Amino acid sequence: MINFSLLQLGDALRSKKISSVELTQLYLDRIAALNPELNAYITVNEEMTLAQARAADAQLKQGEGGALTGIPVAQKDIFCAAGWRTTCGSKMLSNFVSPYDAHVIEQFNRAGAVNLGKTNMDEFAMGSSNETSYFGIVKNPWNHKTVPGGSSGGSATAVAARLCAAATGTDTGGSIRQPAALCGISGLKPTYGVVSRYGMIAFASSLDQAGPMAHSAEDLALLLNVMAGFDERDSTSIKCETTDYAQDLSKPLSGLRIGLPKEFFAAGLGADVARAIEASIAEYRKLGATVVDVSLPNSRLSIPVYYVLAPAEASSNLSRFDGVRYGYRAPEYTNLADMYEKSRAQGFGEEVKRRIMIGTYVLSHGYYDAYYLQAQKIRRLIAQDFSDAFKQCDVIMGPTTPTTAFNLGEKGDDPVQMYLSDIYTIAVNLAGLPGMSIPAGLGDSGMPIGLQIIGNYFDEARMLNVAHQYQQVTDWHTRMPQHVKA
Amino acid sequence: MSLSIGDVYKIARLARLGMTEQEAEEAHTQLLSIFSLIAEMQAVDTTGILPMSHAQDLTQRLREDVVTEKDQRELFQSTTSHIKNGLYLVPQVIE
Amino acid sequence: MKWEIVIGLEVHAQLSTSSKIFSGASTAFGAEANTQACAVDLALPGVLPVLNRGAVERAIKFGLAVGAHIAPRSVFSRKNYFYPDLPKGYQISQFDLPIIGQGALTICVPETTTEKAYEKLVRLTRAHLEEDAGKSLHEDFRGMTGIDLNRAGTPLLEIVSEPDMRSATEAVIYAKMLHTLVRWIGICDGNMQEGSLRFDANVSVRRPGAELGARREIKNLNSFRFLQQAIEYEAQWQIDTLEAGGKVQQATVLFDSDKCETRAMRSKEDAHDYRYFPDPDLLPVAIDADWIERVRKTLPELPLAKRARYVADLDLSAYDADTLTSSREMADLFEATLSEVPGEAKLCANWLMGDVSASLNREDRDVAHCPISPQQLGGVLKRIVDGTISNFAAKEVFKTLWSEGGDPDVIIEEKGLKQISDVGTLEAMIDKIIADNAAQVAEYRSGKEKVFGFFVGLAMKASKGSANPAQMQEILKRKLSNQK
Repeated sequence: MINFSLLQLGDALRSKKISSVELTQLYLDRIAALNPELNAYITVNEEMTLAQARAADAQLKQGEGGALTGIPVAQKDIFCAAGWRTTCGSKMLSNFVSPYDAHVIEQFNRAGAVNLGKTNMDEFAMGSSNETSYFGIVKNPWNHKTVPGGSSGGSATAVAARLCAAATGTDTGGSIRQPAALCGISGLKPTYGVVSRYGMIAFASSLDQAGPMAHSAEDLALLLNVMAGFDERDSTSIKCETTDYAQDLSKPLSGLRIGLPKEFFAAGLGADVARAIEASIAEYRKLGATVVDVSLPNSRLSIPVYYVLAPAEASSNLSRFDGVRYGYRAPEYTNLADMYEKSRAQGFGEEVKRRIMIGTYVLSHGYYDAYYLQAQKIRRLIAQDFSDAFKQCDVIMGPTTPTTAFNLGEKGDDPVQMYLSDIYTIAVNLAGLPGMSIPAGLGDSGMPIGLQIIGNYFDEARMLNVAHQYQQVTDWHTRMPQHVKA
Repeated sequence: MSLSIGDVYKIARLARLGMTEQEAEEAHTQLLSIFSLIAEMQAVDTTGILPMSHAQDLTQRLREDVVTEKDQRELFQSTTSHIKNGLYLVPQVIE
Repeated sequence: MKWEIVIGLEVHAQLSTSSKIFSGASTAFGAEANTQACAVDLALPGVLPVLNRGAVERAIKFGLAVGAHIAPRSVFSRKNYFYPDLPKGYQISQFDLPIIGQGALTICVPETTTEKAYEKLVRLTRAHLEEDAGKSLHEDFRGMTGIDLNRAGTPLLEIVSEPDMRSATEAVIYAKMLHTLVRWIGICDGNMQEGSLRFDANVSVRRPGAELGARREIKNLNSFRFLQQAIEYEAQWQIDTLEAGGKVQQATVLFDSDKCETRAMRSKEDAHDYRYFPDPDLLPVAIDADWIERVRKTLPELPLAKRARYVADLDLSAYDADTLTSSREMADLFEATLSEVPGEAKLCANWLMGDVSASLNREDRDVAHCPISPQQLGGVLKRIVDGTISNFAAKEVFKTLWSEGGDPDVIIEEKGLKQISDVGTLEAMIDKIIADNAAQVAEYRSGKEKVFGFFVGLAMKASKGSANPAQMQEILKRKLSNQK
């Protein structure tokens, strides 16, 4: 059952082979057994979860409900969920029980999904290893000495270790795709604006986008059907025609033009990763695709640009955490300024503070033009590179990460080394394009490798088709970490 | 325009992040290394390029001027204990 | 040596929308603390702003009213600073691309020494949309401050002038002119007690012709009187400081209305560095020519245009025209009254500025709450014009209408206020007065012509005010001298 696809689970629920309560309990038991070691979840609330499962069963009994009714889904702890503690991986919000639902949560509730719990993450989504969480590191289920990636590391681990049927993530610079790659699962970051950001705690508003994380492209399509949609509460939410993201899954790939950016295969790419990506491309050729060389000449600038823009927005977004209306307030302070400084110094972790400092600096008087404005201009150049490339191809492919999962603690002392691990994913966020990662092999150490697929704006259905066809002829996405089999 | 330790204190103050001397020095070292990474960007000639603030070139949608929210004070104030007579309490503000 | 005072004003007008600029919470004044602060206003984690069409529309109206450029594309930026009444830690405002560009307003300033007034053009630099902050309440919390966020997110139009004013009086007249204008075009209720209009004054002094001096900004003045006092105090303080050999340093100051003085703020907002940047949660605001035209059609005739028309077409004095255009309600009342008695603009003006204004003042009412309708007032004036009643009787009718209401013609009938123009009746009445007051008659005839007024009074009384005054005086004079 834990290896069922969402469609299979739906069938099992509707045909009463299993009830939602039973299915949910199955996952809750797995969480109870495995989570102490993996730490994928920050908050589990059996009572609230089972109440939702019972409601789903009642619906199913009436023959009602939708594609996800009764299916247990884990939610990244960045989404506000009414009545749920919502921490964003921070001490700052360690006692914050959200009074409202994020749009994404509402959508899952409406679809009848069961909220299995809130998954661990880098604090305020700032990190690539899930080591910055106030609630402790998350372990990669393939090798407990390695990181699951971040910031949606808890969700990636939960999916990979079969601690949920599917999960949500958010991606500002690669936070869905990178952990998906490192944990051997599928993850999709939609076009900016496709999923409402309402109720999703902001990191870098112009880059943040929520998306699904699951075992297969087919599952991702079903999840995206639930998550996507116009929301009037988010000014950047885009009114696009409601699409069934699963409609094109089975289309043949003959004639598909795959662009390979030479910059993604240059120095710095691990040899085992390169081999796996090349093998996947060969697989695509067999499926009828043709390959063209493309260039993204400015993509090397995406890291410096990102580390100006994202911290700038974050420094402002995180100003609301002042200990006044909610969140952590220092126990002792002498005056207002002291209360602010102590609450924020104690409530935020090192990486968050570091990024607030960077962001405050680049926006401050005298530096704005040289840093922020310059970064915004190069952002346009980076986006332009993609639109030029898409004149020659339908999708762009390459590695999601330069290497397989690195060891816990390996890059902890050197933020710059950590930042460089997002070299292939960041440009996609800067351009606002959709990107995904699917399992495409195992590296020298037996750890998963992700193939990144980048589509043009609003081309999610096509990307899912491309990923699904690959998953029809390969089995990387069905591989399971050795010691989580239960 | 190298970032000085004085800049570190200034930014920490602007961002309301309390910082000990040792923390400031550590932050200084790390920020210098991050800004050397960022420096690569500054050499690029961007003459005539428009800054890009948003992923999509769209304009602001407008909300009709209608009251849609009701009083949820009790719920919203359940997130803190620093409340009196419905007001959020903070150390005295001096103007 | 003379000093020149240089003043620029930043006026914050709360826009009269029902809901807030970025949320659906109510903007109604006076609600219990924090009951009108929704998730967005409280800056709960994850919430997002969506712009209120009503706020944009009001800004466009203002731009049209001051002949300003309306930006086809404007941008909201974040102004970052920490303050407990600012929940997000930034204020959403506009920075380098405001919605309204340069405009101008002509003010009319009375000369103190003469009866005359001079006109002056005050240039507007810009006007931009932003959100209001909450309120800090200091009483009664043992060293703590209480924060009420009901006001947070109320739409503001910040109207910035060039430093074109040269006296506190000019500044106050400009402020009053704006106050009239924003109410006139219906974008702000102008309620000063509720803080709907607030002023920041930038004041500096210099020798005439010299470069601008260092300015100090007086923050948050909420009445015309405080505006006047604060500028006067501040300018004098700067002059005294300079004359004593001191220097004025750029600063932000507060006005203490109890001590009637300005003082530097104690909380030094350390080196204002607001780190403005475009708000990534909001997209550029587009305003097309169509929308501007649709709004233009909803604009009423503006006070200055009306004033000019009253002088040119209705032959009113500049003073009358000014008074009648002091508020839209007054102008509306005037025009509605005039439509009852076409061609009698001066008569309508006299009544509105005389009896009507006096009665309103006495009862501390504003024009909008005048108990007499334009039809009623016009009905009275009609009867003066056609000679049915005297001015004296009209006042009687007016008083009755004010306190009891009713139809002017019925009141005239019931009270028997119709003018007596019948010579026989008047003569008989006057004969009796002369007979009854022999002593006064003798006085008059001995040359004390002042006594005439005494007889006029008696005659009016006897006729209950209904004697045609001209006719009555003519008969009185004739009879008194006839018998000489």
